[in-house]
Amino acid sequence: MRASQDIYPQSVDVERDVEQLRNSWRHPRGVLGWLSFTTHQAIGTRYIVTAFIMLLAGGIEALMIRTQLMRANNGYLGPERYNQIFTTHGTTMMFLFAVPVMEGMAIYLVPLMCGTRNVAFPRLNAFGYWMYLFGVLFLYWGVFTNTAPDVGWFAYPPLSGPQYTPGKSTDFWAQMITFTEVSALCVAAEIIATISKMRAPGMSLNRMPLYIWSILIQSWMIIFAMPAIVLASSYLLSDRTVGTHFVNPAEGGDPLLYQHIFWFFGHPEVYIIFIPALGFVSAIVVAHARREIVGYTAMVLAQIANGFIAFGLWVHHMFATDLPQIGEAYFTASSMMIAVTSGVQIFCWIATLWSGRPRMTTALHFVYGFIAIFVLGGLTGVMLAAVPLDLQAHDTYFVVAHFHYVLIGGALFPLFGAFYHWHPKFTGRLMNETLGRANFWVLFAGFNLTFFPMHILGLKGMPRRIYTYPPGMGWDGLNLLATVGAWIIAAGGILFIVNFLWSRKNGEVAGNNPWDADSLEWAASSPPANYNFEYLPAVTSRYPLWAPREQRGVVTGLATDRREALVTTLMDAEPHHRYILPGSSIWPLISAICVTIGFAGSVFNGWYITWGAIISGLAFIGWFWPKRPLEPAHD
Amino acid sequence: MKLTTVRNASGLAICFVVIACQRQHQDIRPSPTQLAIYGDAAKEDALRPGGPVSPQPTVNNPYNASAYDISEGQRLYNWYNCSGCHANGGGGIGPPLIKQHWIYGGEPANIFDTIVKGRPNGMPAWGGRIPEYQVWEIVAYIRSMNGEQPRSATASRADMIQPSPQTLVNRTNDQTK
Amino acid sequence: MKTTTRVAKVSAATCTAFTLLLTSCIYNRQSAIDPAGPQSGRIDTLWWSFFWLLGAIFLIVMVLTAMTLTRQHRGFEQEPLEALHKASEKTEARLRSVITGATIVSIVILFVLIVASTVTGKANSELQNKKNPLTIQVTGTQWWWQIEYKMGDPTRSLVTANEIHIPVGRPIQIRGASNDVIHSFWVPNLNGKRDLIPSRITTEWLEADHPGAYRGQCAEFCGLQHAHMALWVIAEPEDKFNAWLEAQLQPAASPRTPEEIKGEQVFMNHACIYCHAIEGTPAAGQSGPDLTHFGSRRGIAANTLPNTMGNLAGWILDPQTIKPGNHMATIEVSSGDLQPLLEYLESLK
Repeated sequence: MRASQDIYPQSVDVERDVEQLRNSWRHPRGVLGWLSFTTHQAIGTRYIVTAFIMLLAGGIEALMIRTQLMRANNGYLGPERYNQIFTTHGTTMMFLFAVPVMEGMAIYLVPLMCGTRNVAFPRLNAFGYWMYLFGVLFLYWGVFTNTAPDVGWFAYPPLSGPQYTPGKSTDFWAQMITFTEVSALCVAAEIIATISKMRAPGMSLNRMPLYIWSILIQSWMIIFAMPAIVLASSYLLSDRTVGTHFVNPAEGGDPLLYQHIFWFFGHPEVYIIFIPALGFVSAIVVAHARREIVGYTAMVLAQIANGFIAFGLWVHHMFATDLPQIGEAYFTASSMMIAVTSGVQIFCWIATLWSGRPRMTTALHFVYGFIAIFVLGGLTGVMLAAVPLDLQAHDTYFVVAHFHYVLIGGALFPLFGAFYHWHPKFTGRLMNETLGRANFWVLFAGFNLTFFPMHILGLKGMPRRIYTYPPGMGWDGLNLLATVGAWIIAAGGILFIVNFLWSRKNGEVAGNNPWDADSLEWAASSPPANYNFEYLPAVTSRYPLWAPREQRGVVTGLATDRREALVTTLMDAEPHHRYILPGSSIWPLISAICVTIGFAGSVFNGWYITWGAIISGLAFIGWFWPKRPLEPAHD
Repeated sequence: MKLTTVRNASGLAICFVVIACQRQHQDIRPSPTQLAIYGDAAKEDALRPGGPVSPQPTVNNPYNASAYDISEGQRLYNWYNCSGCHANGGGGIGPPLIKQHWIYGGEPANIFDTIVKGRPNGMPAWGGRIPEYQVWEIVAYIRSMNGEQPRSATASRADMIQPSPQTLVNRTNDQTK
Repeated sequence: MKTTTRVAKVSAATCTAFTLLLTSCIYNRQSAIDPAGPQSGRIDTLWWSFFWLLGAIFLIVMVLTAMTLTRQHRGFEQEPLEALHKASEKTEARLRSVITGATIVSIVILFVLIVASTVTGKANSELQNKKNPLTIQVTGTQWWWQIEYKMGDPTRSLVTANEIHIPVGRPIQIRGASNDVIHSFWVPNLNGKRDLIPSRITTEWLEADHPGAYRGQCAEFCGLQHAHMALWVIAEPEDKFNAWLEAQLQPAASPRTPEEIKGEQVFMNHACIYCHAIEGTPAAGQSGPDLTHFGSRRGIAANTLPNTMGNLAGWILDPQTIKPGNHMATIEVSSGDLQPLLEYLESLK
């Protein structure tokens, strides 16, 4: 545990400081205490666990979809159930799994990688988690009471309007968006603040790990993209519940306006999901190829460019709506530009692996799988950017294949890789490598078997979102293949769960840095203590743990008898001032419950907005009530 | 810690499920029992139709409080041109349907009988012409006009394209040329 | 090593399988890669050029990725990496120049692809300048297609459903509209898709090179029966098309046999007439498909089933089993009335 003690200066009293840190960062006891945790490890773990449960739910839904489409005119699911399930699948995977799991990983890893003790706003962090959890429960409340949304994860009006989709299902969907938005914006704000102001001294912007860069860019994208979906879902919700006419064509509203706003969010959303995953890939490649990344600056610039371009190509989801040709050409060009910036990153990883000494761990297997799948998905994306091809492939199984290649290949494979990579840090034990490799190959084979045939199905004219199809269209064999593949993916998922459970008890004890990796999280103990580091690290290079011992140092002199952290400057991370982090608090949960009452109730009665606002206001007053006079920091 | 997570989460989930509702149910296919009572739903007095009835109507609308069927009723209300005389409930050639006082009774069974049997001075008899389950759907919709359906099952407004957004069509025509 | 061969094998197998599957068992009813018109032909050419070019890039990237696994390629100079975690300056510089080169190549390729795509798009839109177009309005409705031939002369305008006949070699302007939600008109053998959006008119141009029947299907999710919303486009030589058009412009054939006469009465006395129109009879409903020449069409229920008497009987008696959620009313037809009704409807050629 004290592996890095040899770099501590002689003057510090390690025993006393650790004792005091333990005391000041101790978790409160009991159920109420459990509900008041604000440490980033606890909140991050909760995010990850909840999101993986959602992955399981979304996966089960996917299996139901595939089982229904196994053969022509199958009677397993009727149209209403099928529509509910594919909508819930898309919604779960996009809003309740992919974004939150990336946020959870970030919450866990960012303070460790930045070399600080917690995120900048620990209570906001807890609040964000509770909002996410209540969003999950809200949507699944609907699902289990036959009020599952059935208008697709995009909910285009007028189909999603009150006339064509009566009842509360779409309201549940639209309000669930609000929950996840609030949660995502909370996380984005605190991640940006943490990365900007709480990096270890010396970790200037050009020394930040690529994962930190990617999560910073992702957080900024959330801040710009999420308001658009809040607008879209609010248009829809107020059209449905109070009879406004924002997007109702019968009264002069514009259904295309909704599509524009939705995709102005919806396209960046995809990048919000896979940009952090690219950060995982960078971290895994560096650690397991055992060398510095090739083209750090190019990687960073490419990621930033990705973040900007992502906002300039939403219209390629709407080519079939008869837009002017000049606009189409612009969006074709901008969509293809993404291929350049993503290509640069692929080239850099390949060059790094090429000139490194890759250790074929399970994590690196997933990176290789990622490259294969993601490149193919990217290339079909280039095809879809061409308007004439898109007009044929749009809303067919070709597109289904494309975005599963991009999202499963681009986000899920790196996520699994990251899980194998960081599992020893999370739990202190390595996952089983043999099972891990089996897990990878089963997933990889199942994935390609499922989604590769869908390209051909799309070209052969099979549209998306149909609950059945007639025999004799030439689609039967390929659909059966895809269904078999889906079950193989499920087997891969079971292998992962088995490996995870097995490793909890029997995994090899990891030690602080089992991979001999470069970044700061590997300097903390495994699993990290609540305070992360006994003494905050100081950084002199881009790969701090690979620096020679004489160049590594720690920050001493921070108070250990309270939750104190160091604030550094934005560009160069020079020490600036001390910052007292708030401790455990039940108020985030109470506030989240009050906000939930307002949000959930407003679906049934507009007055809940008022009552919800009042009780939320009271809860926030409780949250921010000054508990004691702020003491001046003692030196 | 993990156990507590699971316990808390499942406890909450169960609470949610228990207090849930079924308004979303889509009864796409009319069941035989709903076809059996086609006829005199209100058991009204032949001499004083709609008047104080004896015995009180006991037949309930099978589609009461069902969002799907209310919306189906709304569609049929236009398809069968109820709107031709009653407009969107405000009345025109026929009496308004948004009101407190009903000439022939405002209970679901009364409205059902009015539609099925027709009434003097212009209300045609639809019995035998349109299926009985559709009559009940229309009844459910008419009741919703008066706020006699739960809010959670009623649409806030109509989304149906009204005939002739002609100006819009003309405008787009010009653009495409 | 083992992994390298595996990766190489997987990619090779993938590529072969893809090409085989695409070229061998093409089913030409509803396929984007079996073009039957100039539009879809150009898109098909564009598709295959994209496919070969991008497929080659994919293979190159995969081979390079697989080669990173082989020992002899590790580092240009075999530097002692473990200690330093970086290669020599020379290696780094060479890697950087390779990356720069690859990036420039990909920019050039993408530029070519953008030009190719724009040129194809432009060429496809040229059709609207061709002389003597035929305008057909397609109105999407949950869950069937209303087809109107706009002939300029109002007395010769034709309303039908779920089946479009077009003359070969003549440009067709499709005017897309919607009665309720957004649908998408898509006949892949002829051209790409075009959304049908309420309160808007969208246009699409297409042309058929050679006669044939091409299937299309709604391509924008439109509710419960999105899966059962198909239409046929039947391309015929000009003279055959004109004959068809003249026949369709006639009012419905009067019933001849006693069965058919009874069937007409059954139709007129049931709810049918509130939604369906039969030209030349009192039936003038507008909510459902026009049945004036129902007997001449290939399918029923938006081509959910082939148009046979047995299927029609099933459809009339229990439409909600065949197409759950559709707007056709479940009406009671007594056993004695059913056969005359079927005879009458099928006689409407």
